[in-house]
Amino acid sequence: MSGPFLPSVASAEDSGCFLVSLRLRMPAPIRLRELIRTIRTARTQAEEREMIQKECAAIRSSFREEDNTYRCRNVAKLLYMHMLGYPAHFGQLECLKLIASQKFTDKRIGYLGAMLLLDERQDVHLLMTNCIKNDLNHSTQYVQGLALCTLGCMGSSEMCRDLAGEVEKLLKTSNSYLRKKAALCAVHVIRKVPELMEMFLPATKNLLSEKNHGVLHTSVVLLTEMCERSPDMLTHFRKLVPQLVRILKNLIMSGYSPEHDVSGISDPFLQVRILRLLRILGKSDDDSSEAMNDILAQVATNTETSKNVGNAILYETVLTIMDIKSESGLRVLAINILGRFLLNNDKNIRYVALTSLLKTVQTDHNAVQRHRSTIVDCLKDLDVSIKRRAMELSFALVNGNNIRGMMKELLYFLDSCDPEFKADCASGVFLAAEKYAPSKRWHIDTIMRVLTTAGSYVRDDSVPNLIQLITNSVEMHAYTVQRLYKALLDDISQQPLVQVASWCIGEYGDLLVSGQCEEEEPIQVTEDEVLDVLEGLLVSNLSTPVTRGYSLTAIMKLSTRFSSVNRIKKVVSIYGSSIDVELQQRAVEYNALFKKYDHMRPALLERMPIMEKTATNGPTEIVQTNGETESSDSKHMPSIAQPANQANDLLDLLGGHDVGPVIQTALPTKPASAGGELLDLLGDLSLSGGPAPSPTPSVTISQPPFLLDGLSSQPLFNDTAAGIPPMTAYNKNGLKIEFTFERSNPNPNISVITIHASNTTEADMTDFVFQAAVPKTFQLQLLSPSSNVVPALNQGNITQVIRVLNPQKQQLRMRIKLTYTYKGAPVQDLAEVNNFPPQSWQ
Amino acid sequence: LANNRKIRQGKLRLQKWYVPLSDPQKKKISREVIQMVLARKPKMCSFLEWRDLKIVYKRYASLYFCCAVEDQENELITLEIIHRYVELLDKYFGSVCELDIIFNFEKAYYILDEFILGGEAQETSKKIVLKAIEQADMLQEEAEAPRSVLEEIGLT
Repeated sequence: MSGPFLPSVASAEDSGCFLVSLRLRMPAPIRLRELIRTIRTARTQAEEREMIQKECAAIRSSFREEDNTYRCRNVAKLLYMHMLGYPAHFGQLECLKLIASQKFTDKRIGYLGAMLLLDERQDVHLLMTNCIKNDLNHSTQYVQGLALCTLGCMGSSEMCRDLAGEVEKLLKTSNSYLRKKAALCAVHVIRKVPELMEMFLPATKNLLSEKNHGVLHTSVVLLTEMCERSPDMLTHFRKLVPQLVRILKNLIMSGYSPEHDVSGISDPFLQVRILRLLRILGKSDDDSSEAMNDILAQVATNTETSKNVGNAILYETVLTIMDIKSESGLRVLAINILGRFLLNNDKNIRYVALTSLLKTVQTDHNAVQRHRSTIVDCLKDLDVSIKRRAMELSFALVNGNNIRGMMKELLYFLDSCDPEFKADCASGVFLAAEKYAPSKRWHIDTIMRVLTTAGSYVRDDSVPNLIQLITNSVEMHAYTVQRLYKALLDDISQQPLVQVASWCIGEYGDLLVSGQCEEEEPIQVTEDEVLDVLEGLLVSNLSTPVTRGYSLTAIMKLSTRFSSVNRIKKVVSIYGSSIDVELQQRAVEYNALFKKYDHMRPALLERMPIMEKTATNGPTEIVQTNGETESSDSKHMPSIAQPANQANDLLDLLGGHDVGPVIQTALPTKPASAGGELLDLLGDLSLSGGPAPSPTPSVTISQPPFLLDGLSSQPLFNDTAAGIPPMTAYNKNGLKIEFTFERSNPNPNISVITIHASNTTEADMTDFVFQAAVPKTFQLQLLSPSSNVVPALNQGNITQVIRVLNPQKQQLRMRIKLTYTYKGAPVQDLAEVNNFPPQSWQ
Repeated sequence: LANNRKIRQGKLRLQKWYVPLSDPQKKKISREVIQMVLARKPKMCSFLEWRDLKIVYKRYASLYFCCAVEDQENELITLEIIHRYVELLDKYFGSVCELDIIFNFEKAYYILDEFILGGEAQETSKKIVLKAIEQADMLQEEAEAPRSVLEEIGLT
C-alpha cells in the first residue's frame, strides 16, 4: 500500500536498521472546544458557513472510515453545528452506533444526539429500541438513566409498546434514582399509547409511601396523568386523598429541610403537584372535597407570600379551592387571595390573579365585585396581557349599579389604549350600555363618545345596531342628530361615525335645522350648511363607497324634510353618472323618484318606524325585500321588522300623523307600465319592482309564509264567499272603490278582499296606487294590482287583492290612501274604512 | 410539557423539545418565539400567550430562558423551574456565564436531562441532581482512555 500519507514500509532486511512501521492516518479530528472557538472567530455568516462545511466534510470522511475512537468527538461537533442551524442528518446513524458502544462517554453523546437529531418520524429511530432495551437492564444506573430519559423524551408509540414492560419493571425497583425516572417514562408511554395505562396500575400501589421526594414528585405526576385520562382511574385513586393530604401537611409543618428548601418553603414543586392532583380528585366529589378542606385552608393562610415561590403555591391552592366542592368560606378566602395578588408589586402575580378572577367571575360574581376598583386600576398597567385581562374582567363586572362609574373608566381606557384593544373595547362598551344604560341620553352620549374616540375601530355590525338604537330613542332624535352633526364638522375620517351620522341627518335633518334640541343648546344651522356637509362626504376621498351610499341616501331623504329640493335634485342627477356603480344606481333611482314618482316620494322617504331587533346581539338579520339585487343595502337597511310589527305601529302612527306610514303595494308588472325602465336597471326582481323600493324606509312587501298558504298570487275576480256582502269602501270625486270578500280556505283567520276601483269621470285616472293600513292586531298583504289606470266612464276596473290575517277576530278597520294623476294633476286622498260587514272578520 | 430554550440576543444556545416536530417546524417556532421574547420590555410580565400555549421566560444577564407550557400550567412554578435550572448550572460551573454554556453545551444538556424528563421535573433536590451529574462525569473520565501525544497527532 502506498499513498501520500503512507510511506512504504522499509523492511528490516533492506536497510539493516530496525524501523518501527508507522502508519500515518489523517490527523485526529479537532476537538469540540477548538471547533467552537474557531467558528466563533468567523466575522461573517459566509465565513462561518465555509468553516462549517469544511468541518462537516472532515467529519463525513471520518465517519466513512468507521473510526470508533473519534466518533464521539465528531458527533459532539455535529450537534454543535446543528444547534447553529446547519443540517446534521448524516450523523443520525452514528448516534446509534454510539449508543451501542460500551463506553459511557459514547452512550452519553449518542443518546443526546438521538434526542437532538432523531425523532419518531424517521424510521432510523426504531433501531434504537434494542439498544435501549439492553441499556434499561444495564448494570450501571447512569446508563439505565440515559435510556429511560431518552425513551421518556422522544420514544415513539412503537418503541413505547416494545419497552413498556421494561419501564414497568423499573417502576417497581427500590432504587429511587431509577424509580423516579421510570415514573416519568411511564407518563410518556401512557401519552403515546393510552391503552397501556392499565399495566402500570399495580406498580402505583405503594408509590406514595416513598420518602424520596424525587419519586414522590414523579409519582404524583404519573397519578395525575392517569386520573386525567380515565374516570375509572380517578375513582380508584380517590382513596389516596388522605395520604396526599398527610404528605402535604408534613411538607408544611416540618421544619427546615436544607435539601428541599426554597426560600423557607419545603419542596414547593411537590406541594404544587400535590395540590393539582387534589384538585382533580376533589372535583365533583363531596367527600374528597371535604377531606381536603382543612389542608387547603391551612396552606392558604400559612404560606409565606414575600417571594414568588410562596405565591406559586397560593396560586395553585386558589385554583384547587375554586375547582372542587369547597365550602363558601374557603371560596371567599380564595378570592381574597386573588384580590391581594392584584395589589402585589410583582406584575406576574397580578397577571395570574386577573386570569384566575376571569375564570371565577361567573360563579363567584359577588366576591369578585368586591375587588372591582383594583381590577379597574389594572387597566392602567403597562403590560399588554394584564391590560387585556383587566378589560375583560371589567366588562364582566359591569352591572346596573356600577355602570356609570365603570363606563367612565372604560371610556377613558378606550381613549388611551393600544389599537389592538379598541375594537373589543368598543364592542364591550356598546353591549354594556345596551344592557344597563341608566337613561337614553346617557346611552346616546356613550355611543357618541365611542364613535368619536374610536370610531374607526368600531365593528361593521355596530352601525346598523346603533341606527336601530337611535331610531328607537324617539325623544332623543333632536339631541342625537345635533351631536352627530357637530361631530361630523370636526372629523369625517371615521367611517362608522360618518355612516351613523349621515343616516341620522337624513332622517332627522328637519329637527336639526329647526333647532328643536331640548337636551342642550340648539345650534343654528341652515339647510344649505347641512347639505354642504353631506355633499362634502360624497366628494371626500376619506369616504368609503358605503359611506357615500349613506350620504347620498341621506341627501335624498332630506328632499321631503327640507325645502331646498332643487339643490338636492341637482346633486342626485350629478351622481347619476358616477363611476361608482352603486352610487350611480341609487342616483338614477332617486332621479326617477323625482320625475315619475314624485307623488310617492313623501311616503317612501318617511320617518322610520320603531324597529324590532330580529336577533338579540350581534349582526341583525336583514329581511330582504324585493331587492335581492342590492346587497349593499343590507348595510344601509337596518333590520326590517316583520309586517306584523309594522302593523303594530301603524295604527299608533296613523292616529297622530297626517301622512301615516303605509304598506306600499307592489306596482304592476306590465312592461308598458311606468316601472318598465327601472325594472331593467334593477335586473330581475322577484316581485314587481317599484321605483327604488329598496332604499326606502317604508317596508315593502315581504311575504310571511302563512299568508300565502294555498292561494296563488293571481288577483281573484269577483269572488264572493257564500253570504258575505260586498261593500263600498270609498266613493269620492268619481272614484269608487268596492270591496268583495272571500274566506281563505286553509286558514279561516285570513280574509281575502278584492278591491274594485272604478271611475265615473270623463278622464282616466292614471298612476293609480292603492295603499292600506290596518290596526296592530292584524296583518295585511297587498298583492299586485291588475293595472294602474282606472279608465274613464266605467270602462274598466282596477282590481287588487288584499289578504288580511285576523287571528284575534277583531273588528276589521282599515285606513286607505289613494294617489293618482287626474288630468295632469296629482291627486291624493286618505280615508277610513269602518263599515266592514261582520261576516268578513268574524 | 415544555420546550426549553436559551436565547442570547437571537442566538440559540440550547433547545430541548418534548414534542415531535420536524426541523423546519422547530426552526420556525424558535424564530417566532425568539422574536416575541426579544420584543418584550422590562416592565412587562414574564408570560406571553402564543398560539394555544404560554411562554414563560426569564432573563439572566445576557441569556433568556424560555419555556413553552400548556395553558393550564402554573406559570409561577414554571418560573421556579427555570430558576432551579439556572441554579444547577451555576453550582456546576461555578458562577456560570454564557461562555460556559457555549463551550460546554453538552454538559448543559446533561444537567437539564437530570433535572427534567419528558417535560416534567424528575428531582426536586438540587443536591441529588448535582450528585448524579458528578457521578456520571466520573464514569465518563474513567471510560476515556488517556490519549498520548502520538495519538493526537495521528501517529499511533
